[in-house]
Amino acid sequence: MKHLSIIFLLALSGIVGAGVEYREFANPEQQAAYENLTSELRCLVCQNQTIADSNAELAADLRRQVYEMLQQGKSKQDIAQFMTDRYGDFVLYNPPFKLKTGLLWIGPVVFLLIGLVAVFLFARRKKNAANIEISAEKQQKIRSLLEEGDQS
Amino acid sequence: MLKYILPLLLFIVLAVFLALGLNLHPNEIPSPLINKPAPAFSAPKLQAPAEKLSPADLKGKVWLFNVWASWCASCRSEHPVLNQFAQAKAAIIVGLNYKDEPEAALGWLAQLGNPYDVSIMDQDGRIGIDWGVYGVPETFVVDKQGVIRYKHTGPVTPEDVQQTFLPLIAKLQAEN
Repeated sequence: MKHLSIIFLLALSGIVGAGVEYREFANPEQQAAYENLTSELRCLVCQNQTIADSNAELAADLRRQVYEMLQQGKSKQDIAQFMTDRYGDFVLYNPPFKLKTGLLWIGPVVFLLIGLVAVFLFARRKKNAANIEISAEKQQKIRSLLEEGDQS
Repeated sequence: MLKYILPLLLFIVLAVFLALGLNLHPNEIPSPLINKPAPAFSAPKLQAPAEKLSPADLKGKVWLFNVWASWCASCRSEHPVLNQFAQAKAAIIVGLNYKDEPEAALGWLAQLGNPYDVSIMDQDGRIGIDWGVYGVPETFVVDKQGVIRYKHTGPVTPEDVQQTFLPLIAKLQAEN
């Protein structure tokens, strides 16, 4: 029984290993560049995944492309340029700041500012409301009501 | 009064953005290759692997570059449209048989008809990457100077042919 389960586990490890790509790099910098690039490039088939995460065939082809270009001694900029020349800025998870991508970059700041202004206006209105004078008669009534509440 | 108008305005703004969002096609990524020279390749022909074709061979002609594969389901729905289109002989149709097995591709053409003047093979997908292909089928229109003028992603419908492809091709054929 023990042997059977070991055989089963061994068989399973083969299945898991089948999806893994083995890449050899000349130096750690090249490996870092590869990992960095593949996690910054979008898989265009499954748009919310990077090519490092995706199992789509196109993602595998693009990983191969990145690897080969690194082997040829191309820089990260060269490879990012290669990809944007073919697939547009959309392929980058970190697109450059341009007229077309401006809203994407500035948008969150604009929304933050709108939020801050709204909070400021709201807080000021509250403060004004708190400053309303309460007549002595009313204050007396409030006090008696509060005391009544404490007793019960 | 403002108390009632402000939420209404916010709602209208939100509704407009959502309505615009519904009509967007996030799967259609605009190609940066429009108005750029067609990426070069020299690829073996599907029917005659010993012969090669490159975009330079098509200079002076208007041609369609249709990316297809026998494993691609939408290509099957597009195929009759291409067959129909080929009969009009408006332009040369070049097929890029993308990441496919030659036997399967030849079987497909024998079974469903062959609209292509010539098909070339891209078994490892490298020509596809150069052309920015991310979803099959895709169709490019290349002018007489070898410049890409239009790209269509997804299956071409008869309406696309009538409203977009034929007028564009007629215009490009008139150019020098």
